[in-house]
Amino acid sequence: MSDPEAFRAEIRAWLEANCPPEMREPVRGEDDVCWGGRNFQFKSAAQKAWLEACVAKGYTVPDWPVAYGGAGLSAAQAKILREEMNRIGARPPLSSFGIWMLGPALLKFGTEEQKVHYLGQVARGEIRWCQGYSEPGSGSDLVSLQTFGEDQGEHWVVNGQKIWTSYADKADWIFCLVRTDKANKYQGISFLLFDMASPGVSTKPILLISGNSPFCETFFDNVRVPKDQLVGELNRGWDVAKYLLGHEREMISGAGGADRMNTIGAILSRNGGVEDPLLRAELAMFDVDALAYGAMGEKFLDEVKVGKGHPAGSNMMKYAGTELNKRRHELLMAAGGSAALEWDSEQSNGGGRARGWLRTKANSIEGGTSEVMLNVIAKRILDLPGA
Amino acid sequence: MPLYHTDDQAMLADSARGFMADEGNIAKQLRHFRDMSCKDGFGHALWGQFAEMGFTGMLVAEADGGLGMGYVEAGIVLEEIGRNLTPSPFLTSSVMAATALGAGGDDLRARYLPGLLDGSSVYAVAIDEGPKHRPERISTTATRAGNGFKLSGKKSFVMQGGSADMLVVAARTGGSADDDAGITLFAVPKDAAGLSLDSVRLVDSAMAAHVVLDNVQLDADAVIGEVDGGRAVLNKVLSAGRVGAAAESVGVGMGAFDMTTTYLKQRKQFGKLIGEFQSLQHRAAHLYSELEIARAAVIKAQQLLDGGSDKAELMVSVAKAKAGQAAGLAVREGVQMHGGIGMTDEYDIGLYMKRDRALAEFMGDHYYHAQRVAELSGY
Repeated sequence: MSDPEAFRAEIRAWLEANCPPEMREPVRGEDDVCWGGRNFQFKSAAQKAWLEACVAKGYTVPDWPVAYGGAGLSAAQAKILREEMNRIGARPPLSSFGIWMLGPALLKFGTEEQKVHYLGQVARGEIRWCQGYSEPGSGSDLVSLQTFGEDQGEHWVVNGQKIWTSYADKADWIFCLVRTDKANKYQGISFLLFDMASPGVSTKPILLISGNSPFCETFFDNVRVPKDQLVGELNRGWDVAKYLLGHEREMISGAGGADRMNTIGAILSRNGGVEDPLLRAELAMFDVDALAYGAMGEKFLDEVKVGKGHPAGSNMMKYAGTELNKRRHELLMAAGGSAALEWDSEQSNGGGRARGWLRTKANSIEGGTSEVMLNVIAKRILDLPGA
Repeated sequence: MPLYHTDDQAMLADSARGFMADEGNIAKQLRHFRDMSCKDGFGHALWGQFAEMGFTGMLVAEADGGLGMGYVEAGIVLEEIGRNLTPSPFLTSSVMAATALGAGGDDLRARYLPGLLDGSSVYAVAIDEGPKHRPERISTTATRAGNGFKLSGKKSFVMQGGSADMLVVAARTGGSADDDAGITLFAVPKDAAGLSLDSVRLVDSAMAAHVVLDNVQLDADAVIGEVDGGRAVLNKVLSAGRVGAAAESVGVGMGAFDMTTTYLKQRKQFGKLIGEFQSLQHRAAHLYSELEIARAAVIKAQQLLDGGSDKAELMVSVAKAKAGQAAGLAVREGVQMHGGIGMTDEYDIGLYMKRDRALAEFMGDHYYHAQRVAELSGY
């Protein structure tokens, strides 16, 4: 990049012309999130226009190559775009497990045909993906998974069950860990992609303590998967899975970061203030941690882009970010008092605060529990014995 | 700007790390001067070596003979000072006093900067007037007298005050104790009539002074910056001291953490290395995460300060609060995980605990700075 300031000016002008005012309002709830996919209903014309404008420039995935639907930006340019979007409070044009998780894995392990085909669909928001990892008997001990893919020449026939599949009932395709060799634990798993509309796939939403059902049980009954939908080598899907988990942890860890320089205490004060001095003190201590974590997030991303930092660093980010987010919601509940307890009233936005609080309890469970994260830090970063 | 060190900064970090480990280590410096009950609490020979390395004038402008570097670079040196518990007047002289003098006129800079650059002088900063950091409240007075001012008041927690050739003193030329306006900074020579110091040894063996100013007569040319307009310079000095102390805290925390993880890999109980016990692994992993986050916050604050950002003040307080808490956890876990020997004077881990306590207090603890974060955020 020859001139960062010229690039910044260009981005500013483009955002000014293309980011609709409605898309600069804070996201108020799940309804405001654009997930894309075959069946997605846009909430507003502005939401659709914002996505289309970004797709046309490759800004849904700014640092992916142009050939795969990205804008081919350098790390420094992508950071400028991020900063300028943050500056005007622009919503992410597209939220997608395809961008956050599958994309990085395909970029590293996919064939050229797979990259052009699947990454392009992801970048354009055409296909919504879900992740088939956990099983009823395989949570933290994921590698014990038993969903089996039998080799039948032209295709695999997959049988088994997944659980905690986020938005499986809304997803178009799944990236799925399937055992293809029962004799090898780690080197007997393959990473398959298939259409959720395939015969034999069924989903059943799980009602959570929040009263919502973001997760499903997903069942596979003789699902036929063509051979060219294998990512990476046969039986080496665990390598892909681990790589992808690193990105999932980055994604989840982002949840705890302070909306930069916009502290929780400041937000609550604007909505009526906090009278209790001890609660105010806790908010202040939280804001110290959240702003510090925001700096950590920035440092982590900057380092990832240039290959600095510890390869297991995302485990630390995931651990700290999710624990922080749980604390944030505990404080939101405390600050809200009895109003925060309302479950379905209109003024409570359908119990938004209480349901959001309950949802965060999964943060430190999904994608690897906090305890597993601490194990990984102890083993891979601190090199402690027997860990 | 990416939030990691540039190649030049990484090179500086390498040389500072090597230098401090060789010359500024605990046996050679902290224990040596502590055990001889040194009146300064640090070694002048090492201060001379700091000058040879270019450290003393890092923040001094190139036009004044310094290196014209920023708080990121000063922080790199401070992190190594922290890691080795190196006693030195670097933070007060080369960071805080240098920042104050940078706002001074040509005569003041010509008078005081050469001694800082060559390591022959030590300067101290006198701001606080009570046991807790409260720079909003300055009661020391400076009243106009003749061609200059007469200063009267008491200052405390003046680090290396007894060794200093000059003290930067914040005094009130107008308004009342809690006013923002009416502050003026003065460069007070150690031999000024009416200036008396009572040096006391602190828990970490560093020397601090209680300073009494009893009608200390100064010429007008002792004023640093503008009369009555010293708050802006004072705030710069405070930010410099806070982010510097935060960087040193990170070094203290990292040093204690390294000692502790090394011990976890050596000490055996119940027939195995204690580092194999998950209860200790998880606490060590949590501590690692806290220290990394603190380090990121400190670098962010340094960069914002160097860039003159209006967000710098907020992030400096975040950094000071976070670094203090993370380093505090590191030294407490360090002593606990060392078990009985962690309580002995022979082992260094206790020295880290003492240094951390003093640093936590210096330039405001995490209670003070969390309060500031709330105020700066509008609540």
